[in-house]
Amino acid sequence: MTTTLEHATPDHPGPDHGYPEHYEPPRGPYWRLFFGPGLVRGVWMALAFFVFGLLIVAGLRWWWGWDPILHWEVIAAVAGMTTAPIGFLAGIGSFDYWLHYIVGRPTRPEDHSGHGATSWKDYFRVNTDHKVIGIQYLVTTFVFFTIGGLMAMLFRAELAQPGLQFVDPQTFNGLVSVHATLMIFLFIIPAFAGIANFVVPLMLGAPDMAFPRLNALSFWLLPIAGLMFVTSFVVSGGAFGAGWTGYAPLAEGQPLGQTFFNIGVQWAGASSIMTALNFLVTIITMRAPGMTFWRMPLLVWANFTTSLLVVIATPFIAGSQFFVMFDRIMHTSFFVPDGGGYVLGYQHIFWFYSHPAVYIMMLPGFGIVSEVISSMSRKPIFGYRLMALSLMGILVLGFSVWAHHMFVAGMADWLRVPMMITTLLIAIPTGIKVFSWIATLWRGRIHLTTPMLFALGFVTMFTIGGLSGIYLGSVPIDIAASDTYFIVAHIHYVLFGGSVFTIFAGVYFWFPKITGRMYDERLGKLHFWLTFVSFNATFFPMHYVGLRGMPRRVSDYSEAFGDLNFAISIASFVLGASFVVFAYNIIVSWVRGPIAGGNPWRAHTLEWQVTSPPPIFNFDEIPQVVGGPYEYGVPGARHAVMSAAAAEPQEVRA
Amino acid sequence: MRRGIAQLVAIGVVIALLLTVVAVVFKWLPTSASEEFDRIQAVYWFATVISIGIFALVAAVIVFSVWKWRVPLDDDADGPPIHGHTGLEIAWTAVPAILVIAIGVVSAVVLARNGEAGTRPLEINAIGQQFAWKFVYSDYDDLRSGQLVLPVNQEARFTMTAVDVLHSFWVPNFGQKMDAVPGIETSIIVTPTREGEFQVVCAELCGFGHATMRAKARVVSRAEFDRWIQEQNA
Repeated sequence: MTTTLEHATPDHPGPDHGYPEHYEPPRGPYWRLFFGPGLVRGVWMALAFFVFGLLIVAGLRWWWGWDPILHWEVIAAVAGMTTAPIGFLAGIGSFDYWLHYIVGRPTRPEDHSGHGATSWKDYFRVNTDHKVIGIQYLVTTFVFFTIGGLMAMLFRAELAQPGLQFVDPQTFNGLVSVHATLMIFLFIIPAFAGIANFVVPLMLGAPDMAFPRLNALSFWLLPIAGLMFVTSFVVSGGAFGAGWTGYAPLAEGQPLGQTFFNIGVQWAGASSIMTALNFLVTIITMRAPGMTFWRMPLLVWANFTTSLLVVIATPFIAGSQFFVMFDRIMHTSFFVPDGGGYVLGYQHIFWFYSHPAVYIMMLPGFGIVSEVISSMSRKPIFGYRLMALSLMGILVLGFSVWAHHMFVAGMADWLRVPMMITTLLIAIPTGIKVFSWIATLWRGRIHLTTPMLFALGFVTMFTIGGLSGIYLGSVPIDIAASDTYFIVAHIHYVLFGGSVFTIFAGVYFWFPKITGRMYDERLGKLHFWLTFVSFNATFFPMHYVGLRGMPRRVSDYSEAFGDLNFAISIASFVLGASFVVFAYNIIVSWVRGPIAGGNPWRAHTLEWQVTSPPPIFNFDEIPQVVGGPYEYGVPGARHAVMSAAAAEPQEVRA
Repeated sequence: MRRGIAQLVAIGVVIALLLTVVAVVFKWLPTSASEEFDRIQAVYWFATVISIGIFALVAAVIVFSVWKWRVPLDDDADGPPIHGHTGLEIAWTAVPAILVIAIGVVSAVVLARNGEAGTRPLEINAIGQQFAWKFVYSDYDDLRSGQLVLPVNQEARFTMTAVDVLHSFWVPNFGQKMDAVPGIETSIIVTPTREGEFQVVCAELCGFGHATMRAKARVVSRAEFDRWIQEQNA
């Protein structure tokens, strides 16, 4: 199957643009393999750029007479983690169009040869199709989810008994830190970006994202960041072990591995920011005719607010990590008290990103759950406008609560009560969302499919996470519970029972749209119940051990917590095993599941009105939006007219 | 529908009762050994009552709805087109607002009380260093000790500093916790109310020895405390 121009649209003209349909580099196949964009050129250009970075460092140090000339910590940072990745990106072709433009060579006409996928190889190229990029994101993030999960099981094995059995304390700290870092930066945040990449342009009635090349680039930054976090284990001194929070001054005295965190976060953060900008421009400018803001599905609203959070907040974590790295490598003293630095400054800057990051990791899930619950209950979402406004409320309030992570950090005393009040107030918009979801269920016709199970599991688990958040928002309780396993329990109820459940819900929900095939419902339900039960068995007892006095991030602990930790570890292994059911179901169904049809859920939003998988430019004709996205049960109501030719009312396709 | 509401309330009550049993039967909090922790535990119970109520409400509606309105997967009818209800939406904005503000006010009062040092507190400098605690009794000629000894029913003000990286001073039975931060001084008040032996735990990740950064804390009678001071100075 070749990319013919049968999908040509008025905006994307066919062969009459005067160029050959496929841009063919003027040389032979070997020349193309080594010098054409692709992984081969990526590898050798990464090596070449590494040497280039090494020469810069060695050359400058020789020039100034600094000893040693080959300072490997600096070389790792400059050549290994800065220039080599740039070389890799240039090699796979992320910058080709822009570079051609800059140097005055004829730019390659947009022939869409980098668009869409006809074989599995197309997923390993720079691809500008938002649907391909969405799949690239999702597969990559689930790979890192698996790695991060295996790390969790390693340290749960260590924690099954008090004392040290399997790993030394520094390795333990490394496992804990890399686990959290992968789950946050390489799974939850980009997995949501992947789902949104696939779904948002379709929901808007757009042929693609606003900036397809930027979209491709932002995907390829991710594996770079992930590779840095994982490979930090093999360098001398081991992986970064100061926690995913990387607090100064501990992080400043850590071995080389910490630099992998400092710079890896930059790549992941750059990826986030680019994607967020792309979503913002896409949502603002590429809505189909009639798609007003108040007709957008809540998933689009959720990604709109999330993207605002990302572009405003992410530069702060970038800054915090640069400062730590400068302290480590260039001997500045941003956070070194003896040099006039201010230790708490790190925490303020870090949490000014990392608290909004909690909402970056949650709001897209809110969007997914709204889609699932509405279509599976066959009812309009309850209080649509308030649902959208509460997202905006969380966005605004979310920037005013960061210091609740620092109630015991020794910051200004007077700051604690205001931060407590704003923190508690966030319970109001969040509560509105929970109550609106359960009101949507009320008197619905509830289809208890796998995505619906995960959505309902999410609502209950997230409520527990939200309520333990109220405990932690209250300063006196937080003083007792901070830095204990109660925190570990809380964040896993929010991020696993919350975010990860919604990712599962989203993957099952859009699986038929993405692959054109249906997953196995029985295996899906088995996956849900295994996950739900073992999740609670793993994390609920952590509230208890935390309140009773077990601090977090310890490889060894008091005998008194031995039995419970043993039970927790066993439950965590079951939780890990439950993922195998998911992986098996997804892989087998993708290969030979039953054909799903365009709209298996009979949902109203636009992505369900096209074939599964959707055509290469999504819509044969730009749809005309005429109503709200969730008008279930309203006689004669429609979300959009898909084709001007078929303007008379049409049945929603089954 | 009235019968439905009764069933819903019944489910909610059962869930709330179960949760109450779980909250009361297990001993979720360590035995309080300080006035400060007594007050913190009061806030904890206040928040727990509210949390049980809210969780029971949410869980009951979900369980009831799925039980009542679940249809086979091949059902193709739609539910009633209910788009919202302004009164309900105002209610579930206002009621949680009142509840969280109540928690906030109680918390602020307790926080203020727990920060009061009394007329003449025992002054102790707690110094965190990888990976041990050191306690300096500035009222007693800067007496230094690796073990924390406190007289019962006497406010103690801990002033914390750290030599190298962040540490956090925590005795689970005292409830109070505060980071020791290089470059600045931080402080907390503890008024021990129960004689006995407790553990000082470092609660902030401070490196590979973090898990073993422990110290013994003893709360003793005034007489015994004076005796201990003399022994140390001898």
